[in-house]
Amino acid sequence: MDAQTIIAKRIAQELRDGMLVNLGIGIPTLVSKFVPAGMNVYFQSENGLIGTGVPPAEGMHHPLLTDAGGKPVSALPGACTFDSAMSFGLIRGGHLDMTVLGALQVDAAGHLANWMIPGKMVPGMGGAMDLVTGARRVVVAMQHTAKGQPKIVKQCSLPLTSARVVDLVVTELAVIGFPGGRATLLEIAPGVTVKQVREATEAELEVSERVSTMAV
Amino acid sequence: MKTILLADAAAMIPDGATVMIGGFMGVGTPERLVAELVRQGRRNLTVIANDTALPGIGIGKLISAGAVKKTIASHIGLNPETQKKMLAGELEVDLVPQGTLIERIRAGGFGLGGVLTPTGVGTVVEKGKQRIELAGKPYLLETALRADFALVDAFLADYIGNLYYALTARNFNPVMAMAADTVIVEAENIVPVGVIAPDHVITPAPVVDYIISHA
Repeated sequence: MDAQTIIAKRIAQELRDGMLVNLGIGIPTLVSKFVPAGMNVYFQSENGLIGTGVPPAEGMHHPLLTDAGGKPVSALPGACTFDSAMSFGLIRGGHLDMTVLGALQVDAAGHLANWMIPGKMVPGMGGAMDLVTGARRVVVAMQHTAKGQPKIVKQCSLPLTSARVVDLVVTELAVIGFPGGRATLLEIAPGVTVKQVREATEAELEVSERVSTMAV
Repeated sequence: MKTILLADAAAMIPDGATVMIGGFMGVGTPERLVAELVRQGRRNLTVIANDTALPGIGIGKLISAGAVKKTIASHIGLNPETQKKMLAGELEVDLVPQGTLIERIRAGGFGLGGVLTPTGVGTVVEKGKQRIELAGKPYLLETALRADFALVDAFLADYIGNLYYALTARNFNPVMAMAADTVIVEAENIVPVGVIAPDHVITPAPVVDYIISHA
């Protein structure tokens, strides 16, 4: 199983029936592929859609029905559309149960940096700051390291996305939570050791007494 | 509401104007109007929009043509030309969180001085802004935004200017239609009064100033 699939499958286990969920671009989008059978989850696209479905068959797309990346999507039965004020009212107003986003860095306390590298890459924060500030639960989906460098660091050197800390980080190696404001190893991927996770992590990792193996 | 030819609509917008343009990655952007502004060689516009789309699409056309002096947007990541011009100092870019941007525009159109939002507290977005605590929670005071013109893309416009939008092309459009001195609408379909049922009208006719006629 590749890294992205491990991450997406594990995050899909966080879904609950009836949840309203926003998935970011990249690995987070893959989560929708692993919704447990029989479970109804509402996916929001912040450009103004609840009920986002998989891209339609080739040649069947509608130019005015896209996801937040501008890519064609379908709308599931029961879908609804709305303007951007409503969309971010849902996000900030406590109506969004969970957001799944990518990250550049997460620090030992759970702060997230995912929107710019000063002087290098300044795409803009888009909806990320509102999502991290407003969603009931914030889950980070990312590879554990980037070009061999740890992404879970002592302190973020990049500009933060929000003062609010994330709830869960899921990588291809581990699941990490932040109880009491401290990065804590909760689960390890099959075949991975605690030592390996520690070596790939810059932040001090508490190790939960009940570290289990990710069920992926 | 008046009908207007495309070229005349674009000619109303002078160099240096502040313009809100609907759309999200080009979806729901009045494409003909944007192209006409480029054709007429408009310069020094301040563009308030969610994003600068992609090169060759929607607001991307204005960026490529050098028509924009400043943009207030939430995302420019899919348009490398915007980033290039920004880094070269040819284009001023004010990045605003998307939910804050739409609320600032809404405030501008709804007669409010601004809004209080928790988004951006403790980040670089807070710089230069007033932090206000209410019931123990910190918020940033974000001021209202208005424009000289709003360029709105609608799916249906009836003969008197009631508007209806389609799918994800609604996005910033109905909010911007409230927040500018002059509201110009490009509609995919112009339909008789009554085709849009009262319950389905999203933007009421009295806020619309001009509808661009077909050819």
